[in-house]
Amino acid sequence: MLLKFVVKRILWLIPVLLGVSLLIFTIMYFAPGDPARQILGDGATVEAIAEKREELGLNDPFIVQYGRYMYNLIFHGDLGTSYATSTPVSDAIVQRYPNTLILASLATLFMILIGIPLGIISALKQYSWMDKVCSVVGMVGVSMPTFWLGLLLIMIFALNLRILPASGFYGPRYWILPAFSIGFCSAAGLMRVTRSSMLEVVRQDYIRTARAKGQKEGVIIRHHMLRNAMIPILTNIGLQFGILLAGSMVTETIFAVPGIGKYLIDSVNGRDYPAAQSAVLVVSASYCLVNLLVDVLYAFIDPRIKSQYQGSSKKKAKKGVEANGTAEE
Amino acid sequence: MARQKSENKKTSQVGEVWRRLKKNKLSMVGLVIVILVVLVAIFGPWIAPYDELAQNSSERFMAPCLAHPFGTDNYGRDILSRVIIGSRVSLLVGVVATSIATVVGIALGAIAGYYGSRTDNLIMRFLDIFMALPNMVLAVAIAAVMNPGITSCMIAVGVAGIPRMARTARAPVMMVRGQEYIEAATSINASTPRIILKHVLPNAMASIIVQITFSIAQAIITASGLSFLGMGVQPPSPEWGAMLSAGREFLRDYWWVTTFPGLVIMVTVFSFNVLGDGLRDALDPRLKN
Amino acid sequence: MEQRENENLLSVRNLEISYETDSGKVYAVNNVDLDLCRGETLGLVGETGAGKTTISLGIMGLVPNPPGKIRNGEIFLEGQDLLKTSEHEMRKIRGKKISMIFQDPMTSLNPIDTVGEQIAEVILLHEKCSRAEAHRKAIDMMEMVGIPGERFGEYPHQFSGGMKQRIVIAIALACQPELLIADEPTTALDVTIQAQVLEMMDGLKKKLGTSMILITHDLGIVAETCDRVAIIYAGEIVETGTVEHIFDFTMHPYTKGLFGSLPSVAGEAKRLTPIPGMMPNPMELPKGCKFAPRCQYKTARCEEEQPVLAEMTPGHLVRCFAVQDGTCQPERQKEEEL
Repeated sequence: MLLKFVVKRILWLIPVLLGVSLLIFTIMYFAPGDPARQILGDGATVEAIAEKREELGLNDPFIVQYGRYMYNLIFHGDLGTSYATSTPVSDAIVQRYPNTLILASLATLFMILIGIPLGIISALKQYSWMDKVCSVVGMVGVSMPTFWLGLLLIMIFALNLRILPASGFYGPRYWILPAFSIGFCSAAGLMRVTRSSMLEVVRQDYIRTARAKGQKEGVIIRHHMLRNAMIPILTNIGLQFGILLAGSMVTETIFAVPGIGKYLIDSVNGRDYPAAQSAVLVVSASYCLVNLLVDVLYAFIDPRIKSQYQGSSKKKAKKGVEANGTAEE
Repeated sequence: MARQKSENKKTSQVGEVWRRLKKNKLSMVGLVIVILVVLVAIFGPWIAPYDELAQNSSERFMAPCLAHPFGTDNYGRDILSRVIIGSRVSLLVGVVATSIATVVGIALGAIAGYYGSRTDNLIMRFLDIFMALPNMVLAVAIAAVMNPGITSCMIAVGVAGIPRMARTARAPVMMVRGQEYIEAATSINASTPRIILKHVLPNAMASIIVQITFSIAQAIITASGLSFLGMGVQPPSPEWGAMLSAGREFLRDYWWVTTFPGLVIMVTVFSFNVLGDGLRDALDPRLKN
Repeated sequence: MEQRENENLLSVRNLEISYETDSGKVYAVNNVDLDLCRGETLGLVGETGAGKTTISLGIMGLVPNPPGKIRNGEIFLEGQDLLKTSEHEMRKIRGKKISMIFQDPMTSLNPIDTVGEQIAEVILLHEKCSRAEAHRKAIDMMEMVGIPGERFGEYPHQFSGGMKQRIVIAIALACQPELLIADEPTTALDVTIQAQVLEMMDGLKKKLGTSMILITHDLGIVAETCDRVAIIYAGEIVETGTVEHIFDFTMHPYTKGLFGSLPSVAGEAKRLTPIPGMMPNPMELPKGCKFAPRCQYKTARCEEEQPVLAEMTPGHLVRCFAVQDGTCQPERQKEEEL
């Protein structure tokens, strides 16, 4: 049932990713510049370039080129060869992916640690000065370009205070600034989502029921409120994490983090199309996977969603048995 | 007569929204800043104290002072003037990109929402492909095809914004579609485009207006990001993101070169965002917490 | 007076509760006195917005603050003033000594916990027992309200409205409270289910020896289940007495109006006589009698002076000048009309 839903969603990923690959391939196909000339340099003879084009298969029709790319990808796991380095693109991606993963995870952690508590506080103390401050700071955070915050952080912590390194990615000390700069900006969004989602829950009747039971306020907040407010919060976290896995291109560029985002930017700037299109494809796949994962997680949080996933025929049969069963909801 | 009545109703609706919006102080601050930024952009060349492109080797890296409130950059150009002229670039990109996203997005969303079933499926699945990429990645990919510049920047940011706008337009259109007055219009043989334009879209307008406001904010950030990465507006054109990028090298000693353009981006985006927030609450009080 | 408070389970004195809103102060409960003996059922009757729910939230110590505020009064439960009790102590009383059933069973249960867990939660809070024992007790409670114990692990959305209200009742009675406050427990249910649930509640109440405050606007329910009745109008008690008092010697014009607006099921077609006008805006209550603007017995005095709740016959109190000076005579309600 739940498995069936997961399988269905994974199967749906296939046409989406095929579509993405076609989209990206088309974009790159029409991109300006001659890769053969790019590889051989400006001094190359016309004959050498023509030969190279033949070798790369660039003279084949669009469909043939796309077909070849997909064939290699699907049957050999081959993401193509970089024009710039003449090495397999997959090697470069495998090498860089962990960095992006670390950065994304740490940034998400920062985001959660800052965003959720502040969102909860401002919802519980709605209209208090704290709520107002949080709202304004949240709005500022949402409006702040990450790259500007990154630059400010470098200026303050790396250049003036000299307590943290400004660029590179060689160990935990290097992770802090880039992860924080992304984490803070995303936290603002998460805080706003948490606040509005909590506000919807705090006035629910079942919260009053919990109070009437004599439950402690802390348990009410954690157990009854937060868990019910979790779906939009989780969606936001998943979305952000997915975006970060796609490499926050600007932040990786600023802090010279050798991750997927920087690889993508370098490839596009260097007109290294096989590298760029494969990077985009990988990025999109991980983005979709994270979103899928979030959808599945919903079922574990909210039993109502879980029962939606369960076979509809089964549900109908059950409805019949229960007098006026689930029909009202 | 009937027409006059509906017109009256419309103005009173606008009045009501305005009355509610006025109550929200933060949004009014946003509105004031937005108006200010627009005025600065329009009258930029008359306001700017210096020529934004004029280099002056004797005045390189001057710290903020009376003559140059925001300081000068590595070519001795006045940063305040560059920021002022830059507002034209950023706003233009923001507005044009949003217009692209809005026109195409609404058209797709309205068609999908109005016809439903197969058409809806086709359009939405097609957009799913675009949605499978984060906004910025999509913008970078599109920008990659074109020669970097203001046009490519506008197109990239605009196209990347289409899917979201389409979704925004689709939902209310779908909701309105089933209602009786639409059936009534269909029954008197009104043509479909006429129904969509005259009856369906106005009812979806509230959420679209709000989305447009947020969209401009988003477009300004994305565009400045693209320019920062060297894929958008190119120097010496004074785009805010490009200015930030150029100032990176001098981060250690000359803080003002990066601080002010970034601050201006933030304030502009902030004001659009709070205005959007306020508009959302004012247009649909039920959504307000 | 002193003595009476001791035999009573619950005594409410001079309770005043108001809400501060943007547009002004809402006087929701004004000078309310209530007494409830052990094992007794007291009906609180009044229109929507009369302040019935606020009174019960006041007793529970759950008036939402802000905007609500208890401005004055005392609430004694077994001699202990709940308004002077700390929040910490109140938590031990809520769910254990006083329980409450809320109006809408659809929204009263946490959608993401199993119903069994929600019953066990209150048991775990107030009784020293292991999780397994709490589960067992929860299952017993489910059986008691007529739900098979094997449905312990199901979620609220898998139950119908009537079944959910049974769960809510099971939660409320799980710790055998001294006092059960039921806030319109059946209004949200289908008519056919209403009687069932009510009957079950009444039975359980008798079995467990619980006292009950039943909030309702349905006089038929009052006749069937209550021992005593308090009629609330605009945050005040206008008439109170035993069920016999209220039904056989209806005195207050408002109470008469309530009976007059009841459709008769069994009796011959009688023209309904709705009470003219609306309840006063609780932000600007009239200076004199609050019912005066809608009252057919109104005199100049009613508009100027606030009548007191005076004892007409032993245990039957009425807040009305016309009743007190004899212009408004008691009226007997015909049995079959209810």
